[in-house]
Amino acid sequence: MSWNNHRLTPELQHLQREIEVYAKSYGLDFYPTIFEVLNYDELSEIAALGGFPIRYPHWRFGMEYDQLSKGYRYGLQKIYEMVINNDPCYAYLLRCNAIVDQKLVMAHVYGHNDFFKNNQYFAHTNRKMMDEMANHGSRVRAIVDREGENAVESFLDCCLSVENLIDIHSPYMKSHKSAEVRYEELETVPGRLRSKSYMESFINPKDVLEAEAQRAQAERDRPRQFPENSQRDVLLFLLENAPLKPWQHTILSMIRDEAYYFAPQGQTKIMNEGWASYWHSTIMTRHCLDASELIDYAEHHAGTMAMTEDRLNPYKIGIELFRDIEYRWDQREPGQGMKKIFEVRRIHNDITFIDEFLTPEFCREHRLFSFGFNSESETYEIESREFPKIKEGLLMSLTNFGQPIVRVLDGNYMNRGELYLKHDTDCGIGLRLDFARLTLENLYRLWSRPVHIETVDGERSTLLSYDGQTHQETPLGPEPPPKPAKLFRRGG
Amino acid sequence: MARQIERDLHRFRNIVHGRVKHDLRKYITEGEMIGRTGGEYVSIPIPRIEIPEFRFGSRNSRGVGAGTGNEGQEIAQGPNPNGVGQAGDAPGDHIMEVEVSLTELAELMGEELQLPRIKPKGESTVEDLKDKYNSIRQTGPESLRHFKRTYKHALKRQISSGVYDSENPLIVPIREDRQYRSWTSVPKPRSAAVVIYLMDVSGSMTDDQKTLVRNQAFWIDTWIKSQFDGMQRRYLIHDTLASEVDEEAFYRTRESGGTHISSAYQLATDLIESHYPVSEWNIYIMQFSDGDNWGDDNQKCVDLLKKSLLPVVNQFAYVQVHSSYGAGEYMKLLKSEFGEDERLVLSEIRDRDSIMKSIRDVLGKGR
Repeated sequence: MSWNNHRLTPELQHLQREIEVYAKSYGLDFYPTIFEVLNYDELSEIAALGGFPIRYPHWRFGMEYDQLSKGYRYGLQKIYEMVINNDPCYAYLLRCNAIVDQKLVMAHVYGHNDFFKNNQYFAHTNRKMMDEMANHGSRVRAIVDREGENAVESFLDCCLSVENLIDIHSPYMKSHKSAEVRYEELETVPGRLRSKSYMESFINPKDVLEAEAQRAQAERDRPRQFPENSQRDVLLFLLENAPLKPWQHTILSMIRDEAYYFAPQGQTKIMNEGWASYWHSTIMTRHCLDASELIDYAEHHAGTMAMTEDRLNPYKIGIELFRDIEYRWDQREPGQGMKKIFEVRRIHNDITFIDEFLTPEFCREHRLFSFGFNSESETYEIESREFPKIKEGLLMSLTNFGQPIVRVLDGNYMNRGELYLKHDTDCGIGLRLDFARLTLENLYRLWSRPVHIETVDGERSTLLSYDGQTHQETPLGPEPPPKPAKLFRRGG
Repeated sequence: MARQIERDLHRFRNIVHGRVKHDLRKYITEGEMIGRTGGEYVSIPIPRIEIPEFRFGSRNSRGVGAGTGNEGQEIAQGPNPNGVGQAGDAPGDHIMEVEVSLTELAELMGEELQLPRIKPKGESTVEDLKDKYNSIRQTGPESLRHFKRTYKHALKRQISSGVYDSENPLIVPIREDRQYRSWTSVPKPRSAAVVIYLMDVSGSMTDDQKTLVRNQAFWIDTWIKSQFDGMQRRYLIHDTLASEVDEEAFYRTRESGGTHISSAYQLATDLIESHYPVSEWNIYIMQFSDGDNWGDDNQKCVDLLKKSLLPVVNQFAYVQVHSSYGAGEYMKLLKSEFGEDERLVLSEIRDRDSIMKSIRDVLGKGR
């Protein structure tokens, strides 16, 4: 693809320089930004590929493209902005947009760019992902040449089917203690604390010591589990333990890399969009806006911020929370607000952001409510306007960016090499069963032995199994009481 | 470099075609395509194709929204209001529209029903000359020079004339060595078809039956169109008199009165004589009727068929639609008169499900 004609027009170049100066003047700190001007067809293509011009081949991108370009042709939707977490940061402008829209998008992009660079959850992402994605593309294409299109495509389907089974916290964890260290710990006499001799019988009572020794013995005798502890990074477990061919290993690890690259964007949707909106609003209304553009700007800004009853708009919640924080800290000490929001954008993700800064006043002002499903009327209903309920609901929907948490409990279930996964059902919500079954089929293709996942169906724990031919559902545990009290715990 | 998305789009379309083919029977019998055609494409709703993953069931899902309203107020419909069991388990929560061209659709139907291709008759009738670049000449523009052949010629000449030096293999083509790509003109038969639809509008056919007819006619059109370079359709209705109408009127008109099938046969004969010379056209006649005819008209019909229509058509299909009054006698008459004549196809539609079979009856001979 030739990118020559995608350069900014002199007018847009001038605007970029101007907006960059405003952004810097507020202390935004960003990677160099490269804007490309695309027509809608090109923008749809890039959007279908998740913002990257070259990726591995897969029909899913074709489907995305088909839907996007149709949506545009029928006038149903329009992509406004797209920006890539990369150094330099790439962002795309739609050629046919009016100048006021281009300004808005540019200002918005600088907000995102600053966020990518400074928010700690992005600290581990690959800043040369544009190149990495293209490399993944050529690697997969080379594999396709050897293994054939169908084999690679159906394997990719399997990988993508489990790509959400990663541990979003793992980039921040130091690697687990090595097995040797654990062995050392077990061999030392457990439980004895240092004491003066006359205190010995009080500090290290004999029966306690004996109990400790017994526990250690039991620990040594306990049959070893595989994996030793439950593992949330299911993809890693598969990479290390599934009988994959080398090319399959390459593809799966590539899919995992991409999943980790995209994960922080899911973790910070509200903050990221809120932050970018805060800055486009600030830059536009204080500096950039021509009087003749006011109405158009107001309409587009309002359109972006609009909320419907059954869905929170991350742009709106984000921008309002940042403004609220700024206001509250300014009240305490004038001038502190701006400092505070810069700090917040550095150290928080959506969960901690909501947990820390959502206030009852904010919920009232923005008329937030929590809703639930009424199984009698088959409708969604407003459940409560109480602050704890709203906060709990929000946090729950953000936990693990709205994806179920799944762990590997046993890679040798029944001592038959079967894979046993457990869905964390603290929130009381089970898996969507038809999808779960299809996913098990794909997992089976990766693991090559029967696969199981424990979840809840209705109120009862259940085990979904697939052995390569048939599906089974086995209820676990006791029959639940007819009307159990609903229990909601906050996930984190 | 080709754009990546085109390849991805192509793979996606293949998957879609697989789905459409899988559900084709349903589309054919339920008539879902009609009314969706816009020129060359039909738009077909299919369940959104998704990569399955572990995700929350939606029924018990809770969330946070914003707006006015009291506790207990409804804000949105559930995912599956009429369903029983676990909602959200029903496939096809999301529908997407995909576009399939009529040619592709015909292709899919042909595979599904295992229809033989129609071999157009009178291939030499209307000819078109097409240039094909498949030959070589000694003269031509440099842009068409065939490098490899030119090189080989030069090599042969140099070897045979002893100029070739294997130590210093320098090949210099001279004027006579040069070879150029060239074309030959290939006559391409152009085949055209006309389908003449006949329908008895004398009152006994209900709207439901006409819907069946319309549905079947759509698929027959689609197939015949895909087999020829050009296709025309003519619509004739009759009671005791016949007249030509447009497609809409064909399916709408309803009159009371008697039935003279021969009137339509006569009009079709005139139409063919005046517009469609047999040497240039592949002619199809599709007659839809509930099988009632006035007895004194039968002999006239048989004569017209025998003398005027059957000799000129590729195929004459008589499709009898079952009515609540029972099937008429006309089918039996044709069967006894023409028996095994392969230009005549007799078929019956009883209900939706027999449409598939009827289409196969009509198109199954590949004529």
